[in-house]
Amino acid sequence: MRLLINKIVLGLSTLSALIGLGFLAWILITLFIKGLGSFHFSLFLNDLIDGGLRNLIVGQFILAGIAAAIGIPLGMVAGIYLQEYGRSRYAGLIRNLSDIMMSAPSIVIGAFVYAIVVVPSGGTSGFAGAIALSIMMLPIVINTTDNMLSLVPRELREAGIALGASKYRVILDIVIKAAKVGIMTGILLAFARIIGETAPLLFTSETSNYFSLDLSESFPSLTVSIYDLANEPEESSRDLAWAASFILTVLVLTINLTGRYFTRNKKR
Amino acid sequence: MEKIFRNLAFSSASLVFVILIGIFITLFLASKDSIDEFGLGFIVNPNWNTEISLSNPNANMDMDMDMDDSSASDDMMMLDDEDDMPAEADTMLFDEDVKDTFTEYGGLVPIVGTLLSTIIALVFALPIAMGIAVFLAEIAPKNIAYPIGIAIELLAAIPSIIFGMWGLYYFAPIVADLVGGYQVSLLTAGLVLGVMILPFMAAITRDSMNTTPDVLKESAYAMGATKFEVIKDIIFPYSKVGIIGSIILALGRALGETMAVAFLIGSIFTLPSSITDPTISIPVAMANNFGEAAGLGESSLFYLALILFIISFAIISIAKLYFLRGAK
Amino acid sequence: MPVMNIQDFSFTYPNVSHPSLKNINMKIRKNKITALIGPSGCGKSTLLRSMNRIHDLYPGNRYEGTIDLLNDSTQKMENILDIKKENEFIELRQRVGMIFQKPTPFPMSIFDNVAYGLKIAGIKNKSELAGRVEQALKDGALWKEVNDRLDKSAMGLSGGQQQRLCIARAVAVKPEVILFDEPTSALDPISTGAIEELLVELKKDVSIAIVTHNMQQASRISDYTAFMYLGDLIEFDKTESIFLNPKEKQTEDYITGRFG
Repeated sequence: MRLLINKIVLGLSTLSALIGLGFLAWILITLFIKGLGSFHFSLFLNDLIDGGLRNLIVGQFILAGIAAAIGIPLGMVAGIYLQEYGRSRYAGLIRNLSDIMMSAPSIVIGAFVYAIVVVPSGGTSGFAGAIALSIMMLPIVINTTDNMLSLVPRELREAGIALGASKYRVILDIVIKAAKVGIMTGILLAFARIIGETAPLLFTSETSNYFSLDLSESFPSLTVSIYDLANEPEESSRDLAWAASFILTVLVLTINLTGRYFTRNKKR
Repeated sequence: MEKIFRNLAFSSASLVFVILIGIFITLFLASKDSIDEFGLGFIVNPNWNTEISLSNPNANMDMDMDMDDSSASDDMMMLDDEDDMPAEADTMLFDEDVKDTFTEYGGLVPIVGTLLSTIIALVFALPIAMGIAVFLAEIAPKNIAYPIGIAIELLAAIPSIIFGMWGLYYFAPIVADLVGGYQVSLLTAGLVLGVMILPFMAAITRDSMNTTPDVLKESAYAMGATKFEVIKDIIFPYSKVGIIGSIILALGRALGETMAVAFLIGSIFTLPSSITDPTISIPVAMANNFGEAAGLGESSLFYLALILFIISFAIISIAKLYFLRGAK
Repeated sequence: MPVMNIQDFSFTYPNVSHPSLKNINMKIRKNKITALIGPSGCGKSTLLRSMNRIHDLYPGNRYEGTIDLLNDSTQKMENILDIKKENEFIELRQRVGMIFQKPTPFPMSIFDNVAYGLKIAGIKNKSELAGRVEQALKDGALWKEVNDRLDKSAMGLSGGQQQRLCIARAVAVKPEVILFDEPTSALDPISTGAIEELLVELKKDVSIAIVTHNMQQASRISDYTAFMYLGDLIEFDKTESIFLNPKEKQTEDYITGRFG
């Protein structure tokens, strides 16, 4: 009887794993079939107005890139504060708030940036979108830096101090280097996450059909355009949305896997 | 130099605090008009963008139908709900005697839609996620669990907009065929949301289970316990707190998810009378109406954002502070 | 009289070419304490963990030779290495209990910890459970300390108490053999003394095999001692002989502290 129950439960568990994987395989296969079906290299050469995706891909990278340029240094320095300087209750509070911020609804962050940037500046802009993404990225980078620095052995810091180096030099020259791989991985995962975000961009950068490098105007975004295209009645728009989704997913997964590859090499 | 760096580090860390407080204050100020106008009655008021004649509040309903989905337009006049309108909203209506109609905004429909779609997602995802976690942590041999674990984690990284598109064009038609009702509905939105949080929930639950020391499991096996008994009596109790924390964290994600739900929930401000009816959630209400909204409408959207922010802040705080404390 | 007879036993971990145990021949005798000693990495824990086949939780191990276990009802020796079915594994582990290096209280109350083995063995009657739990806690020399807080979590006990709780839990299901894997290495000297006394007391009812790296402990409590080195069983004899009159040079070097 016990053995029977055991078998049933283990069977159910394996079955649910299969169901879960089945769903996920279904999504990926759909994406590959639909995406590859509409995929063509000319998509990289034309802008959306001519039925291509070039401006959107470039735009998405620029938005995420600027967000990273803002979010990474701030997040790293903040993470350093939490791990190396903050022994106080204040640091504990910031750590908790940062964790909470990491899970805050992204659309709310979009609304926040809308209120503080878009409304005062008179309209949607690439800059507003990048700010929204950088707010998304900040807590992830803080969390990663904080965790990775905590793995660096105390002796390493003490050895640096014993050589007569000042604390910030020890941190920047020794501690950060020791934790480099872990932090890099975390940052790549954070980048992979924000480059696929849609909700915070909807009313900050919006999107544009044209190629643009002007951050003070509505800025082309791959994800926002996917949302628009997918809801259009024409089959051709939807096909384009699938191709864009395919490119986006390949991009996100590639960045993600690259990050994992680094940590895996380190463990060996 | 040391001092400069230290201060720089301190300021960056404080930025988190400033941003969170900033979000809170900004949302509050932006929603102030709506808060002043509707008060807390907003939460239980089912009308959105509804013009109400001051002489007869029950007449002249004009629902906002700005979605292109026309399939579901017949059964959405929820006139009977009008009687539930809170007293304070009523008094406010009559204070205003300049105009003879009054546009009313209430948050009940998106709030209910958010909660119900999240509950559906949890009910659907929880057992499967637990099964996957148990499979990965205890059943599968290491050389199978490792790649499957990575696959699950990668799937958690897929942008949510892709779950939405897949859900709308491939999953929803099948669900609608099976259970009837509309393809865009609370049910399909909840299920797709469930599929989306599934890998996330499974991955963190597995991590919690893996914290159970091997020797504890061995000592239960050494007493002749079956695998199921070890899972039920040792692993679950041992990692209970972490698992509950993980579930709440997944719940927090589901509450604030926009894109996966936006494709499927139907985006109409109507209370669903069954789970196969379309309705709307807070993030979707914001995503689809922010562009056109102005004045009291925009302020009411901010009010919704404030409510969502407070709910998810509370939920995530509970998960982090109570359940996942020290679980680093 | 042996309850367990190990013959020509070799053991190889998965993905390893050379065996970790080579041609072991020894016996666990009834109502005696048999100690396994040797330097770290000599394979003593590996051997102990073969005796209830707890190794098999992780697939890919290779066994050769035989480990016979006395079947009390038929008085026949049966080879536990032949076991393949899950129910046979469960039965084996109910007959051969195990205590680990660190105490392993389950995340439940003191009472439920001790009752756990009984419950999964199918005992449901409340008064019988209560009686057997009480007896097991008395056998584990813990009853006096915990009888007023049986419903409290076992996590609140001290390390020594937790280890005695685990012993009581193992004793409760009335096993024929109990395997101890360095049961006192995580404990203070006083708790260690209490556990050693307990072991000597317990051998009236069960046969005991104990892995220890503490030679004094082996000489104090064991009746037989096996000295192992690098996966080989160097010498196996009565404890007095091993400690006072070792036949092998390596044994002598080890017990006189010249290496290890």
